[in-house]
Amino acid sequence: MMSSQAATSVPEGTSPASASDQPAMIEISGLNKWYGDFHVLRDIDLKVERGERIVICGPSGSGKSTLIRCINHLEEHQQGDIVVDGMHMTEDVKRIEQIRRHVGMVFQHFNLFPHLSVLENCCIAQTWVQRRPRREAEATAMEYLERVQIADQAHKYPGQLSGGQQQRVAIARALCLKPEVMLFDEPTSALDPEMIKEVLDVMVELARDGMTMLCVTHEMGFARTVADRVIFMDQGQIIEEAPPETFFSAPRSERTRLFLSQILGH
Amino acid sequence: MNDSTARDTLIAARPAPDIRHGLVGWLRSRLFNGPVNSIVSLLTLALLVWALTPMVQWALINADWLGDSREACSGEGACWVFISARFETIVYGFYPVAERYRVDITLALMAVTIAWLAIPRMPAKKWVVVFALVGFPIIAWLLLVGGVFDLPHVPTRRWGGLMLTLTVATVGIVGSLPLGVLLALGRRSQMPLVRSLCIVFIEFWRGVPLITVLFMASVMLPLFVPNEVEFNKLLRALIGIMFFWSAYMAEVVRGGLQAIPKGQEEAAKALGLSYWRRMGLIILPQALKLVIPGIVNTFIALFKDTSLVLIIGLFDLLAIIRAGLTDSDWLGFATEGYVFAALMFWVFCFSMSRYSQHMERRLHRGH
Repeated sequence: MMSSQAATSVPEGTSPASASDQPAMIEISGLNKWYGDFHVLRDIDLKVERGERIVICGPSGSGKSTLIRCINHLEEHQQGDIVVDGMHMTEDVKRIEQIRRHVGMVFQHFNLFPHLSVLENCCIAQTWVQRRPRREAEATAMEYLERVQIADQAHKYPGQLSGGQQQRVAIARALCLKPEVMLFDEPTSALDPEMIKEVLDVMVELARDGMTMLCVTHEMGFARTVADRVIFMDQGQIIEEAPPETFFSAPRSERTRLFLSQILGH
Repeated sequence: MNDSTARDTLIAARPAPDIRHGLVGWLRSRLFNGPVNSIVSLLTLALLVWALTPMVQWALINADWLGDSREACSGEGACWVFISARFETIVYGFYPVAERYRVDITLALMAVTIAWLAIPRMPAKKWVVVFALVGFPIIAWLLLVGGVFDLPHVPTRRWGGLMLTLTVATVGIVGSLPLGVLLALGRRSQMPLVRSLCIVFIEFWRGVPLITVLFMASVMLPLFVPNEVEFNKLLRALIGIMFFWSAYMAEVVRGGLQAIPKGQEEAAKALGLSYWRRMGLIILPQALKLVIPGIVNTFIALFKDTSLVLIIGLFDLLAIIRAGLTDSDWLGFATEGYVFAALMFWVFCFSMSRYSQHMERRLHRGH
């Protein structure tokens, strides 16, 4: 499952450094979050440049999903600042909805709307959030369904598709809103092994097109191929961040080494 | 070389095993497969014949159908003349004879609207829904109450019979569902004030018997309200019934809301949909579909409980039939009256039940 070609990287030119004159895509500083007494996120600082692709990994319960869910306010944080595309996250519902329009998200369990067809799943936010005319929304939806190679299933319902197909529809649904950044919350963890590749292929292609991406995943092959930076989290803290070559070949912290040996060691 | 085996040709597909077709096959497999089952089947059949024969004889074969007075009743079976002679009263209550065409128009309009909404093929559903919720109530109110456009005023105390039952049931059903949905959403709200208000409302109305609600509405309320404000007795009963059933509806709907996975709302949030859009487009369509059986159950209970308005002096279908029993020309026809009332209630409730099953099948999306 793991790709052995660590050096295979994304073509030049889409590199994040070129966009340095614009503000960072996401800027998180001093982020703290508690579930009751449990301190889930501790003093997180993270800056994501435009076009940057970041893979977040770490043992379960390390707070990695919680971190990316804070970025579109699916989780509330108690301390610290989140700035997405120049917009400060506040408690204001209008502001939160505005930020969500710039951020696409793909979930572990797809979360397609089972009562709507694939096409309607892709159109609903375009129609009701962006107020695009129906015809235009459907054209956009078909364009993205084409890109994830599932346009022929557009009139089926999610329940009639395989897991891999559903996840590709979920990616298309998020892309239809033309987000500035995409969040992936363990997008392949709920899939049967033979379906993981079709989803990863779509994600690799998305990365090639220069999309800013934050992926929580255990697919280290994907991290090697695509990521500009790999972030390792444990117990609510960022323990280590490094480009994939360094991260996999020379991890600095003992905990990273242990984690890597557990997930790569078999 | 080793123990592993491999197959290089696939086993050809075969047709499924034969099942028995036809009436004889059905009888043999369902009723007479084995001696015990055969005996049980025969006994059941005998029991049915024994129980149903006298009923059919009384209700259909020996019954008297034609005539317009008591003389037409032979006394061997049911005398449906009792019903046919009083049929107009059963449908219209004490509505003035000359004005009954207004009830006919309203009922016809209602039937057409319901049929239009119930038949999937019909076009312009959106506009018909708007008409059913806004246009129809206004038209029905103007037509039935009158006092405008040269239509003589008919006070609501002269309403009765089937038309009253249908009025109470329709207003109750159409009012309690949306109110119940709002209460269910309110009870799950993040806002403490909204949530507490909804909980208090639901628990209050659920904790009080409907009879008490009706008594309160007709007897107590006038004591608290100044004399100049004259509320209509029917209107008060309608509001009471609507509130009472909306509390039940809220709990049914809440059950559905709780069954929807959290991920659905998260996905809708992530797409930037606002609260009302999330509820209206994503959560409620799924939740309501899930609780169709519960909703229709409540509708059916509501429909049957409309007969309780009798205790505040409104004459619904059942009450008007009971009133007919005391008519000195027609003493002794209670069985016919009650059987007919039961049949009428059953027809309406059974139709609702069948339609809900049809809806469930139609909305099934393979998940």
